[in-house]
Amino acid sequence: MTSENLIEISGLNFSYDTRAILKGIDMTMQRGKVIAIMGGSGSGKTTLLRLIGGTIQPTSGYVKFAGKVVHELDRDALFKLRRKMGMLFQFGALFTDLSVFDNVAFQMREHTNLPESMIRDLVLMKLHAVGLRGAQHLMPNELSGGMARRVALARSIALDPMLIMYDEPFTGLDPISLSVIGNLIRRLTDALGMTSIVVTHDVQESLKIVDYVYFIADGVIAAEGTPKEVRESVAPFVHQFVHGEEDGPVPFHYPAQSYRKDLNLENALA
Amino acid sequence: MLLPSRLISGIRHIGHRVIEGVWRLGIASRFFILVLLKSGTSLRRFNLVIRELYFTGVLSLIIIVVSGLFVGMVLGLQGYETLQKYGSESAVGTLVALSLVRELGPVVAALLFASRAGSAITAEIGLMKATEQLAAMGMMAVDPIARVVAPRFWSGVISMPFLAAIFSVMGVFGGYLVTVVFIGVDEGSYWSQMQSAVDFRFDIMNGFIKSCCFGVVVTAIAVFEGYDAPPTAEGVSGATTRTVVTSSLVILGLDFILTAFMFRGVS
Repeated sequence: MTSENLIEISGLNFSYDTRAILKGIDMTMQRGKVIAIMGGSGSGKTTLLRLIGGTIQPTSGYVKFAGKVVHELDRDALFKLRRKMGMLFQFGALFTDLSVFDNVAFQMREHTNLPESMIRDLVLMKLHAVGLRGAQHLMPNELSGGMARRVALARSIALDPMLIMYDEPFTGLDPISLSVIGNLIRRLTDALGMTSIVVTHDVQESLKIVDYVYFIADGVIAAEGTPKEVRESVAPFVHQFVHGEEDGPVPFHYPAQSYRKDLNLENALA
Repeated sequence: MLLPSRLISGIRHIGHRVIEGVWRLGIASRFFILVLLKSGTSLRRFNLVIRELYFTGVLSLIIIVVSGLFVGMVLGLQGYETLQKYGSESAVGTLVALSLVRELGPVVAALLFASRAGSAITAEIGLMKATEQLAAMGMMAVDPIARVVAPRFWSGVISMPFLAAIFSVMGVFGGYLVTVVFIGVDEGSYWSQMQSAVDFRFDIMNGFIKSCCFGVVVTAIAVFEGYDAPPTAEGVSGATTRTVVTSSLVILGLDFILTAFMFRGVS
């Protein structure tokens, strides 16, 4: 396995209007690794994925994918680059008017001139890899949440991408589906020699399968390390996050004026 | 002179609304041009348009056929009641045909089309956006405007004139049923007066042009509202309502303008 970097992120800033979402992120992601990006809701994890995919432009800094600075590419070059990326959306985002088979075949039909017989074989191989070859004729509304996520995974590996980004792949799944998806991410990454970025806040499941973890809080990298380092970390934020503690650096209470003042008890004991 | 602050805030509010409206019109126009520019895929892979033609055109047939029939029957009945007072009930065929071909066919068919197919297009595109299907398509390096929006736009533009024509034909048949079959107006005069009074260029072609314009306007509004809808349940439902309301108003306003240009001075 080569240790060459597939993605390099340097000094990345991003703001919506005047609200800063990401503030000076630096990351490197090696080929063939599964990398988790963790952080609370609204910490800018999904924004980071969108910056890597080039659907939004950074305020400053850059994302380099396979040696190319993503936001400097023109539309055609960006679309060419995106064929090397796959993305698994939170709830799968399957095309609801197409069957499972046609969903997986979608990119092959759009981007290649392969004969239909070859597309059929390829689609069945991708579906077999996620264990859903038997579900090829079903429509997306006939699938359970976990199955839909697996079909979406098969769809995202349709053109054998170099990178797959998973946006909260574990949300809303039962424990069995959860470990099925987790193991699939690991197995497919190893078997196809891809790189995977998993954006998640499911600590326990992701620590089982990833090689490296970044924690994002308030737009900066709060901590990073291997799963072992993360589990043993005594840094207050990491400890609170990994063990799911209610109070800590991330406070339980939203900032407010004093409780006594709110209840008009200021002078009660005076 | 100092104006009361309530008046100033009222004026400011109107100003905001106008600027917002102009801004949105600009975005819609730019979107419309983008759709036209990216229509190459739809025209090259025409099966994408044919698939949508089924949903927008064929599935709208029932409402168009039934409404056309009843509108024609009402026109025949009302026309006969009035015309017989002057002893010219044989002209009822002309009345029915001209009303339908010039006005009611294109306008009512377009209104029905906006509420049946336009709202469905908006809801479908809006929901595709809300469930990240459009974003997923973009990430697969497939342009959603070329792949999703343009085929739906062209299917609406193509099906509208056909639906308007079918509406008019059903209306003429409805008028025939009521006046000739039930009331007993002379069949020969119903058809022959119609034939001599309806002009192909002035009446049928102008009606056809109207329905083409309505097709472009209704589908353009429907696809824009869907694509622009906020990706939430309220966002999509609001966009669907706006499609029907805006298209209906635009159809009626545009109809007046087109009529003024087409039929002024034509007796």
